[in-house]
Amino acid sequence: MDAEREREFDRVVAAEQRVEPRDWMPDGYRKTLIRQIAQHAHSEIIGMQPEANWISRAPSLRRKAILLAKVQDEAGHGLYLYAATETLGADREDLTTRLVQGRQKYSSIFNYPTLTFADVGVIGWLVDGAAICNQVPLCRTSYGPYARAMIRVCKEESFHQRQGYELLMTMMRGTEAQRRMVQDAVDRWWWPSLMMFGPPDDASSNTERSMAWRIKRHTNDELRQKFVDMTVPQAEALGVTLPDPELRWNPERGHHDFGQIDWDEFWRVVGGDGPCNRQRVDHRRAAHENGAWVREAAAAYAAKQARQEGAA
Amino acid sequence: MSFDNAYEAINDGAGEDAHWAFGTGFDDPLAGVDRALPAGVPVAELTAYCLMLGDDALVLSQRLAEWCSRAPELEEDVALANIALDLLGQARLLLSRAGEVEGAGRDEDTLAYLRDEHEFRNVRLVEIDCGPGPGGDFASTIARLLVFSSWRLAVFSRLVESADPVLSAVAAKGVKELAYHRDHAAQWTLRLAGGTEYSRERMVAGLARVWPLVGELFDPHPVELALPGVAVDPSLLRPEVDQVLDTVFGAAGLHRPEIAPLSPVAGRTGRDGAHTEALGYLLAEMQYLARSLPGASW
Amino acid sequence: MSESPRSSWPLYEVFVRGKRGLNHVHVGSLHAPDDEMALRNARDLYTRRNEGVSIWVVPAAAITASSPDEKDPFFAPAADKVYRHPTFYSIPEDVPHL
Repeated sequence: MDAEREREFDRVVAAEQRVEPRDWMPDGYRKTLIRQIAQHAHSEIIGMQPEANWISRAPSLRRKAILLAKVQDEAGHGLYLYAATETLGADREDLTTRLVQGRQKYSSIFNYPTLTFADVGVIGWLVDGAAICNQVPLCRTSYGPYARAMIRVCKEESFHQRQGYELLMTMMRGTEAQRRMVQDAVDRWWWPSLMMFGPPDDASSNTERSMAWRIKRHTNDELRQKFVDMTVPQAEALGVTLPDPELRWNPERGHHDFGQIDWDEFWRVVGGDGPCNRQRVDHRRAAHENGAWVREAAAAYAAKQARQEGAA
Repeated sequence: MSFDNAYEAINDGAGEDAHWAFGTGFDDPLAGVDRALPAGVPVAELTAYCLMLGDDALVLSQRLAEWCSRAPELEEDVALANIALDLLGQARLLLSRAGEVEGAGRDEDTLAYLRDEHEFRNVRLVEIDCGPGPGGDFASTIARLLVFSSWRLAVFSRLVESADPVLSAVAAKGVKELAYHRDHAAQWTLRLAGGTEYSRERMVAGLARVWPLVGELFDPHPVELALPGVAVDPSLLRPEVDQVLDTVFGAAGLHRPEIAPLSPVAGRTGRDGAHTEALGYLLAEMQYLARSLPGASW
Repeated sequence: MSESPRSSWPLYEVFVRGKRGLNHVHVGSLHAPDDEMALRNARDLYTRRNEGVSIWVVPAAAITASSPDEKDPFFAPAADKVYRHPTFYSIPEDVPHL
């Protein structure tokens, strides 16, 4: 019977139809999805921190409003995605526990510090840009609730990317000190942004099966190349130098060649030893633990109200 | 959906019937409003009045934004950010109006970033640390929001009738926002007071934390009294605000704290530019970048 | 899970009427301690408090759902909750990065 169900499932996926929560699905598919969507949700929530770091110091009221709204959007994205995991039977509280205990990962890009306000712009341009490349194909991912969440997320991310780029353009038209600030931020974020697409295809264990299930639609290296090709002209228009002497157009491939990514650094940061890993998880844990009494109070109040209504 | 152009792909497939309406439709609240200075209104006083109301909103927004990524639950993170954004929006309109009325070429950012502590006209209630810093917690944040939004809603409800069309328009937009803030604070007051024993203690302590600064909200300032028909005399609002608070306290089983008001400094309070020590730190953080790169554009 | 009260809040499903003339449409879910807070959270999260938008919130546990292919015996679990596995589904912990 399972074989028959599995054939039907494979047929739905191959026909580019969406799998919906109550459909039968292989255990591996469910597990892979929960893991991937949860990591994605955690990334949005942890990703609030590096940018929230500049809300209180934003140098104009307009930038302050934009930044606060953006970080708030990220909380919203995290919520959409946690909701998608819950359609698979996961429990948000449990996923949060795994995150704050360091048992579940999030995108390593957020383990780097935001050292100047230019970082806010560069995160919008490069990090959100890379996220868009990763995420747009997910709008067609085979699992319905995930695909629908991604459509909403992508719309907002594209807005964020434009905001980030616009901040950088404004700064580049400003003073010499501001231009230096932008270049410094680009120098620090470029390589970590390329790492956001994950390990090279020959070292990525999950790619093949995820692609067959239409959870993933392009390989890490394809997406990385796409991002580089998109970003090079944007960097030129901005007037910044991407910190890679090997970066150049290859007319034969029809793509840009680029230098070797420092995969040792990648695995070090993934393994917990980036500049901010502990800080980010500690921050999230503190917020969650400090809020426990508030969540308990509201739950206790609701229980009392329900009892009173029941008695009335 | 096309993958070749990530940006186009974002817009197709999803359709434009985005029924969830997220992040759409923000109208300019001052569209079509006459910005000319109404005849016979004293410029210095109107400037100062716009600064008072603008600084209240700016400083509380700065405080509330400190919760961003630190709220007790993610849904509450979103809610507090919304409130902070509403107040920041009010602050920008009011500071811009102050600069425009003053006529000395100061815009919202000059006023926000290049004034010193003693030039800030906000009430002291909005500047103290009510959490997430060590000076408070979620309960004192809620206590302050309940008092402040109840008071400001009463001010704005009258300000809708102001002879200054800009203040009137700002107030008309603000009343909807403030009604929501007050409701949010009231809902949480009920839950914290009626939740667990611990949360009730926190709520009582939170009210005690903010109560010494409540009286100042109702002290009429010479600036307000010099602007009849334009500004609102806050001393007239006390019964109305007390009634709102008493309703919430009654439902929550709380009592108005019996705590003496915080002393003025040499007879002066926040509205006169005499603040608590907290404001200096708040401004040092808020202003440092804008001040450290003169001539920069953001 | 014996501690009482629970510090995590129940799941609500959210339905929004985007404008007059349209049906309420399911837009997602959220957690809230009770119905009133669910409505407020939904307004903050899914509509940014857009005026004139109508919202329904329903405890996820109160929804009874049919299965998509009820006539097919292979795909006919008993009508139950919106999601199929109400208890947590375990995740391997030693999985590599995305």
